[in-house]
Amino acid sequence: MADGAAALTGVAPRPGVAKPDPILVVEGVTRSFGGLQAVDVSHLEVQRNTVTALIGPNGAGKTTLFNLLTGFDQADSGSWSLNGGPIVGIPAYQVARRGMVRTFQLTRALPRLTVLDNVVLADPHNPGESLWRALIGGWRRGEEEATVKAKALLERFGLEHMADEYAGSLSGGQRKLLELARAMMVEPELIMLDEPMAGINPALTQQLLTHITGLRDEGKTVIFVEHDMDVVQEISDWVVVLAEGQVIAEGTPSSIAGNPDVIEAYLGAHRGKAVEDE
Amino acid sequence: MPGTVRIRAFALIALFSGLILQALPAVAQEQAIGGTLSQRAEEGEDPVPVEGVVITVTQDGNEVGSATTDAEGNWTVPVPAPGDYDVALDASTLPPGVTLSDPERSELTDINVRPGQTRRVIFQLGGGGAGGTSTWDRVASLVVVGLKLGAIIALSSVGLSLIFGVTGLVNFSHAELVTLGAFIAYVFHAGGPRWPLVVAALPAVLFGVTFGWGQEKVLWGPLRRRGMGVLTMMVVSIGLGFALRFLILAFFGGLPRAYPDFASQGAVAFLGFSVVPKHVVAIVAALVILGGVGLFLERTLAGTALRAVRDNPDLAESSGIAVDRVVALTWALGAGLAAIGGVFFGVTESVQWSMGFDLLLLMFAAVVLGGLGTAYGAMLGGFVVGISVEMSTLFFPNELKNAVGLVLLIIMLIWRPQGLLGVRERIG
Amino acid sequence: MDWSGAITNGIISALGPVAIAYAVSAIGLNLQFGFTGLLNFGHVAFMMVGAYGTAATVEAGGSLWLGIGVGILAAVVLGLLLGLPTLRLRADYLAITTIAAAETLRLLVRSPVTRSVTGGVFGIQGFAEEFHALNPFGASTGYAIGPLVVSGRRLFVMIVGWTVVLILALIVRRLVKSPWGRLLKAIREDEDATRSLGKNVFVAKLQALALGGALASVGGVLLAIEQQNVSPDSFLPQVTFIIYVVVILGGAGTIWGPMLGAVIFQFFFYFVDSVMRQAQANVSWVGAILDSAGAAQIRFVLVGLGLMALLVFRPQGMLGSRREALVDG
Repeated sequence: MADGAAALTGVAPRPGVAKPDPILVVEGVTRSFGGLQAVDVSHLEVQRNTVTALIGPNGAGKTTLFNLLTGFDQADSGSWSLNGGPIVGIPAYQVARRGMVRTFQLTRALPRLTVLDNVVLADPHNPGESLWRALIGGWRRGEEEATVKAKALLERFGLEHMADEYAGSLSGGQRKLLELARAMMVEPELIMLDEPMAGINPALTQQLLTHITGLRDEGKTVIFVEHDMDVVQEISDWVVVLAEGQVIAEGTPSSIAGNPDVIEAYLGAHRGKAVEDE
Repeated sequence: MPGTVRIRAFALIALFSGLILQALPAVAQEQAIGGTLSQRAEEGEDPVPVEGVVITVTQDGNEVGSATTDAEGNWTVPVPAPGDYDVALDASTLPPGVTLSDPERSELTDINVRPGQTRRVIFQLGGGGAGGTSTWDRVASLVVVGLKLGAIIALSSVGLSLIFGVTGLVNFSHAELVTLGAFIAYVFHAGGPRWPLVVAALPAVLFGVTFGWGQEKVLWGPLRRRGMGVLTMMVVSIGLGFALRFLILAFFGGLPRAYPDFASQGAVAFLGFSVVPKHVVAIVAALVILGGVGLFLERTLAGTALRAVRDNPDLAESSGIAVDRVVALTWALGAGLAAIGGVFFGVTESVQWSMGFDLLLLMFAAVVLGGLGTAYGAMLGGFVVGISVEMSTLFFPNELKNAVGLVLLIIMLIWRPQGLLGVRERIG
Repeated sequence: MDWSGAITNGIISALGPVAIAYAVSAIGLNLQFGFTGLLNFGHVAFMMVGAYGTAATVEAGGSLWLGIGVGILAAVVLGLLLGLPTLRLRADYLAITTIAAAETLRLLVRSPVTRSVTGGVFGIQGFAEEFHALNPFGASTGYAIGPLVVSGRRLFVMIVGWTVVLILALIVRRLVKSPWGRLLKAIREDEDATRSLGKNVFVAKLQALALGGALASVGGVLLAIEQQNVSPDSFLPQVTFIIYVVVILGGAGTIWGPMLGAVIFQFFFYFVDSVMRQAQANVSWVGAILDSAGAAQIRFVLVGLGLMALLVFRPQGMLGSRREALVDG
């Protein structure tokens, strides 16, 4: 178990509880669509160097919360900070540069770029991405360094044999791996994965899970959205439960499993009205 | 007239033939068409200048320029080359009580201009005393004209907005649905059957509905199912619009045409200000139709299904709504409304091959202003744009009034891109 | 029917100044549309701004070379003005704004309000003497290759023009093969994904729009210099859509596609024109349904239908890779 996870023992399993070493702190974030209150999180902290699962029924606001925190959508109110620095109202690309990178529920491979180019693109230091340098030259060294780094990542995620193929020709599972490699290329501290297991075949699930815990073991923090409770139980150090936009429970996986509020939220949603899909 | 044909070809292919342009003298001589518009209330009295009347010069249907008479009744339209031009006076801009002595002579054709000449053109005015037009009168009549333009924009752009709402496609060929509507009505009204316009409008609408529905069935639906991206489809739509526009030009020619029953209706005084009856009829009729659209959307099952598909196609589909049928219905409805818009536009302006494209900028401004994807947004936006555009002529030259549409569009994109009635979209 | 005349006409046009102007403008549109996925439906405005910037500067007493600089700079400014309010929004807003701006700008240029600068409907003539004075071929000497006859004046324009095309294509090649070019392609593929990787998508799009606009302005400048004439009715909206056909015909997102597209397009455009004119005059049923002016419009109808057909049946154009076109999103 990683250090960050170890520090969670003894943290009370109640919504909004303070953590010993939070990397991300969310305060009073709200977002509504028309009359629907999609997100209403009063307080949430995410412990550094853990795998934190974000679960909840469909329409609970998980993806919307991701979008807000990463600058892809604008909150109606609230504040949040990464490593103590506020990042509210900052454009999405700067959020990524500050060390918080997200993936998407439906994979967003760049289909008509090669797999290698997909990863090299994510390098944050490539001088040739300036129009001026692209014109006058002098970017080859930076590009070579980025390529070396990207190839190492492709190897780590088992995609090196696909490096020169178009990303559009990858299978669903391979795309998930590509997104992980790409996210890692940005050198993030915090990786936010929106349903990384969705739509991949079971054989690949175990491989993906190993990669995710591997990220934590090398010091990263991972937040991931997931529906499969077995997966959540297996790899997460901490679980946050969202329902109707609010954090209704959080705690270790074992403490969540028997929580009556959580069961009510899931069953209630299934019994009640059809909830808009995210 | 071989001469006219040559000049027209020149105008249209100017860009495409360096050879012809080389034959031009290095410095063109300047020529113009102009005149002084005045009215003699009674024999022997001094003529009174008539201000604020719009006169347009065209050549083979392409507008060369327009002018508004100033306080002395003077107007001048510069023309680029010697040749034959048509000069039209917009009777609806005449002050109340002032009419053309001969209503048939609102357009003077084949006015020949020689090199370097300023050709004087005289429109004979009759009717009672003109009197002065106060600013208040002008504002009041501009409000009516603005409402009229707004009604046309609103009718025409509801479909543009709804089609975007249910398919995500900004249909750049929507303009041609407007033009086609106007032309079909023209064929039945002025052509063979000589039906009254109200009757002739029916085949126009029927054609619009069928054409919209057919487009979805033959073109857009299949393209969507092939997985064509919405941006590529926009380029396809601009190709379609382009082809239709020039097809209309090829077969109907470039001359602007008027519906004979409404050719040169003048203004009448009403509650103290000047209005053109056909404008009022257009406004009222448009409001009735728009109200009907509202009722359809709110009260009928089909309308509810349409709104459901617009709000969330996946949810609608999983709730058992036949999305494809709703999309086809939206195309039919939108294209039918555009055809009616075209007929009204033809009544109040003229029927011309580029009329829809000319209106396109204002339609875009309207739908962005109201909120792309919403029906009521397009209606609200249409009226706001129509009135703003016409009111702007109080402060700016007539030629620049369409620029107001662009300015509104850009302000809206900066301030509130989702539009007045739109909701910020959901990502992810 | 005189087929060889039609073909000769086509070839002369395919290599002539208009094809050159299309090629240059298409290189610019290709950067925007082909590489970055920006839908600029007002491309002709950039050509117009380049041409008028040049002509108006000379008219105001500046040199032609200064004028060319002014024209290109004005196109960059136009790109920024159009891009700033729209490029943060969904792609269709750029399309709507550019198509509206281009026609509004043209009406502004031809209106009496701006006449002291732009010449209104008359335009501006005779501002490129400095260029034609450099002609080593002799303006009125005729040069013939087989049935193709060109004047020295035209020959000079063609040589300079195609050289410019080549240089610009090589510059664009250098740019799109750089990491900056990869960034543009990434934006074309998926803007949000690119943003999520820490890329400033807005700035890159703005650069592509402005640079593509600057390239288009060079096309406008070349055309204006050749014709010694700018007038608002040379910059009708249809020019934009012709450039789209050129780009897609040649192959959007390829280096040499725009050049090839311009030559092929211009050939067919004139070939069809010659054929239609003859058919209208000589074939009775064609003459019965179309007058000569109407016959001249048919080629524009074909432009529109051609644009649709290309996108539906051969979206990769002539030079694009089939494999790339088949990759699904």
